[in-house]
Amino acid sequence: MFEKTGIPSAEMIMKKFPPIERINKGAVAVIECYKEIPCNPCETACKFDAINVGEDINSIPKAKFENCTGCAICLSKCPGLAIMIVDGSKSKDTVEVKIPYEFLPLPKEGQFVKGLNREGSYITDVKVLKVLAPKSFDRTPVITIEVDRRFLYEIRNIKVEV
Amino acid sequence: MKQAEIVIIGGGPAGLCAALSAAKSGSNVLIIDKNKNLGGQLIKQTHMFFGSEKQYASKRGIDIPEILIDELFKYKENVEIKTEATAVGMYEDGIITVLEKEDNYYKIEPKAVIVATGAYEKFLSFPNNDLPGIYGAGAVQTLMNVYGVKPGNKVLMVGAGNIGLIVSYQLMQAGVEVKAILDAAPKIGGYLVHASKIRRMGVPILTSHTVKEAIGNEFLEKVVISEVDEKFNRIKGTEMIFDVDVMCISVGLTPLNELLALRGCEMKYIPQLSGIVPVRNENYETTVENVFVAGDATGVEEASAAMVEGFLAGLCAAAKIGYKPDDFIDRKNDYIKQLNNLRSGPAGKHILAGIEQIGR
Repeated sequence: MFEKTGIPSAEMIMKKFPPIERINKGAVAVIECYKEIPCNPCETACKFDAINVGEDINSIPKAKFENCTGCAICLSKCPGLAIMIVDGSKSKDTVEVKIPYEFLPLPKEGQFVKGLNREGSYITDVKVLKVLAPKSFDRTPVITIEVDRRFLYEIRNIKVEV
Repeated sequence: MKQAEIVIIGGGPAGLCAALSAAKSGSNVLIIDKNKNLGGQLIKQTHMFFGSEKQYASKRGIDIPEILIDELFKYKENVEIKTEATAVGMYEDGIITVLEKEDNYYKIEPKAVIVATGAYEKFLSFPNNDLPGIYGAGAVQTLMNVYGVKPGNKVLMVGAGNIGLIVSYQLMQAGVEVKAILDAAPKIGGYLVHASKIRRMGVPILTSHTVKEAIGNEFLEKVVISEVDEKFNRIKGTEMIFDVDVMCISVGLTPLNELLALRGCEMKYIPQLSGIVPVRNENYETTVENVFVAGDATGVEEASAAMVEGFLAGLCAAAKIGYKPDDFIDRKNDYIKQLNNLRSGPAGKHILAGIEQIGR
């Protein structure tokens, strides 16, 4: 189905997530790269040897969660915008999620926006904690949102209402 | 008659890299491009590129021409650039005719030529496909990303290859509503990371669907689509109507290389390379001596591969006319390795199958 719709199945998504114990320890990257394409900037960008693509750049990146600091450099460098950062260490009820967002207007810190799943359907309101768009992110702003823990595996996008 | 060492026809990704590579080897190069600005299609590509560092992966397409032109500037004594200049002919005696700015017509006699003329868009036939509001994806990108003009307000995208997916995303970035993306193929043809990022904006991707007809008096008002079976026949009763003012056709490209046919190069129809392409050797030299080719003109592929082909063709063309650098073998092997790497995965399978058929 994924190849017909662009929507990965729950099973595919779960395979890309680190174990919940790792998420609860602190920020970590989730690399949703499901299909081999010739591409390796995530590996090149990572200073912590936490992403491995290898000699054949068509290979699917493998994350070494134990090395990942959740720094989000890979997130801004991935041409497919396929990476997000999740952090379950801040609260028992919520998780912090960093996603790329290349649309205007950018949300404001403190604002509530619509949280969307991988189909683009509304799931819950989320609070915007941070909006980062330094020059090094090269026009791919990174938005940190606070999300109800129940939606950890569903949340993937936001909609900012004008 | 103007004399030149290497003439490069087309200043897109392949042509710029060919010029850079040949100039680096010590040859004089003359770039001819019909557009006002160098860069070809790169100047419309606002998204980040795939590939690896050597092909400027993670850089945005729009920023790559500047990187390459800055690099070219290091060899400025060796480089001449003619923009708004169209190569209109290439003849058996090797002479190239050029029309510059509509009134300056002249001939060039080069020692070698690299044809990097790219590709042109395919179109679809359906009733009323000439209504205003029906564009090729390239035109939509030119309007939006070169001139800053919104092509319309509600778009139906036809084609779920990389260009269809990327242009849909760019339309949404420009504040245009994309109603749906359809494709007659049963699977999404483009990279699935692109598909996913559009899908999570809420845009449905309808595979196994095609356009039945366009409706409108003065301009496009509605599009009727229908599902197709595995033999691409429309299934009756599956029609859907979309109220849109733009339909963007993105159903693939075909190599633009008539100059090579005119010159007498052996040409071959190879479906995997998207059309008629010149027979060439591993140096990207065609069956006519000192006539080289690079980029989409030799088979439609990603811009990353076009750039590496340009580097390789530029290196080999310069060597052929006497500028063989000491590190020739190292450079050549590096470019070949890069190309193999880009093509070795499932996304490059059809390209390799096509290339197998063109070897000289």
